[in-house]
Amino acid sequence: MAVTPSLAVSIENMGFRYPDNADVSFSHLNLQVAKGERFGLFGPNGAGKTTLMNLMTGVLSVNEGCIKLLGLETGKQNKVVNKLFGFVPQDFSFYQELSPVENLEFFGAWAGLNKNQIANRTDELLHILGLNDVRDKAVGKFSGGMKRRVNLAIGVIHNPQILFLDEPTVGVDVQTRHAIINYLRKLNESGTTLIYTSHQLNEAEDLCEHIAMIDEGKIITQGNINDVLKEHSQTSLEELFINLTGKAYRN
Amino acid sequence: MFKLWISIKKDVRILLRDKVGISLMFVMPIILVVVVTSIQNSTFELVNKNKLPIIICNTDTGKSSAQLITAIDKIGMFKVTQIAKESANAITDNMHNQDALLGIVIPANFSAEVNTKAKNASDKAMAAFSGQADTVKNVEKKAIAGIDPLNLYYNPVLQESLRFSIQGAIRSALQLVQTRQTLRTLYYSSNEKELPQSLENEMLNSNTTINMLPVSKDGTRTTPNSSQHNVPAWTIFAMFFIIMSLGGIVVKEKVSGSFIRLKTLPTNYMVGLLSKQITYLCVTMLQAVVIFSMGLWLFPYIGLPALNFPADVFAVFIVTLVCGWCAVSYSICVGVFAESQEQSNGFGAVSIVILACIGGLMVPSFAMQGIAKTMANFSPMHWCLQAYYTLFLEGGKLKDVLNNIASLFIITLIIQFITYLGLKRKNLI
Repeated sequence: MAVTPSLAVSIENMGFRYPDNADVSFSHLNLQVAKGERFGLFGPNGAGKTTLMNLMTGVLSVNEGCIKLLGLETGKQNKVVNKLFGFVPQDFSFYQELSPVENLEFFGAWAGLNKNQIANRTDELLHILGLNDVRDKAVGKFSGGMKRRVNLAIGVIHNPQILFLDEPTVGVDVQTRHAIINYLRKLNESGTTLIYTSHQLNEAEDLCEHIAMIDEGKIITQGNINDVLKEHSQTSLEELFINLTGKAYRN
Repeated sequence: MFKLWISIKKDVRILLRDKVGISLMFVMPIILVVVVTSIQNSTFELVNKNKLPIIICNTDTGKSSAQLITAIDKIGMFKVTQIAKESANAITDNMHNQDALLGIVIPANFSAEVNTKAKNASDKAMAAFSGQADTVKNVEKKAIAGIDPLNLYYNPVLQESLRFSIQGAIRSALQLVQTRQTLRTLYYSSNEKELPQSLENEMLNSNTTINMLPVSKDGTRTTPNSSQHNVPAWTIFAMFFIIMSLGGIVVKEKVSGSFIRLKTLPTNYMVGLLSKQITYLCVTMLQAVVIFSMGLWLFPYIGLPALNFPADVFAVFIVTLVCGWCAVSYSICVGVFAESQEQSNGFGAVSIVILACIGGLMVPSFAMQGIAKTMANFSPMHWCLQAYYTLFLEGGKLKDVLNNIASLFIITLIIQFITYLGLKRKNLI
């Protein structure tokens, strides 16, 4: 297996089909994301963004081709690969009955951290994300914005080299969105590669350097955001989006 | 080990904050054990300690019918109330009015028929003593003449087994009256004087007493009571009742986003399942401790017989451990295959009632026939119940329940394997 350390993500001739859902499928998909990039993945509802995210994180297994993270193939070296990345799913992916500290303790241990590492990272993250005052309260009683921050904290507890974020700011207020985006920028500055999906295209335009737009399981455009806008003679990501995917409703 | 320890901490925290789940796992089974034991104890006392109310309408005026009533009263299992002979046609109304479970109408010619039968038997015996074979044949022909039946009315709530016992007791009273009359007639025919009372008593009374002794493996003579039957049985049911909490938790974790995140972490989900098994196994052990403790110390205070705990405590521990593990494995299995908490709770509740039925918790498996008896072998509750009964009722030791433990263990391994296949099929591991 050829190791290409300069690439954070490498998708090679990837094919995938749900056994019970023919609507979303990929065939011979190729995509590369360099280390340290802030990469945005966009597309209308049902385009396959979440499926692609699940394939890259190993939640789903590819039928053909392969996906490599930092040169290591997902699905075959899960134990090693899974330590390299963090995942912030669109759904609240934690235990509502537990407090932020208890959630971070559990997910930190499962991410491979020891007791001291968990304690240090928990204090650090709760402080950065403004959750220190509610550290011992059950997350189930939190507001949507606070839950989003807990969701993010869990995803980065083990200092991953690649961070996958599936609509990390959906349903939050302006303050929380700013706090999350600023924190993601800082993470990226410290070397973490960000792979990000969102329907907030203004926010995405502000955060991402490189993008890929997918529809019906195919990449319809990709590259540096400025180059892509210039290539399609568009001034904003939203215009480009409508231009490439149309105005019809998507389910 | 650190991951497992943290996972157990997480599961315990979630469990302790699930107030409804805890009440389902502890409060409901405790109520169930107390209620079922109380009801069965009162039934037990009704049959064994209280007398069954019986109304007797004697339309006969002879001595034999009076002797029959005395004989029925002396049996000791009936509370006899006599009503006027004019009420014979309204015996069922009287039973309803006086809450009697049984009613007897003694026919008007009862004493005359007893006398006739006694005379025939006496004549036959006398003929036989004197060697007149032809006369014996004639006597036999006369004796076949019809005797009016004694009608025994019963309330349908009486179980068949109890009705047969009652019928047997009444028949023995009838037999006593008939035999006494035959003896008296025969004695008079032979000696032309009355049978002396002392001789009559000697001939009629049996000097052989019957001792009822429970069979046990350790030679002790502890009389089984409703607590000995119910506490172990409903403890098993309580252990399987954790499906209402654990099955739902597995489904909730599976369908929530947390499961997706768990799949992306460098830890096998089997650690999570192992943690749940350890946590909930402790819960089942705690359930058993609580329910057994109630049987030992609380029951005597609320008027129920105390539970006699087996001498082989280690055997009880092992049986409880394996039964608890089976209950936990079954709950996780249902949780893995269920698509929603509603499915898990609905299927879980119904399935454990079915397993309890075929396992002998509701109807003793020895009373089952044919396919039901075969099906009992597939219920883990059956093997656990047999093991508990061997320990609690028969004073058995660990070696006596090893075959039950082995069967339970095999069923548990099969359930675990099915769970593994389910996890694989659903791409959860």
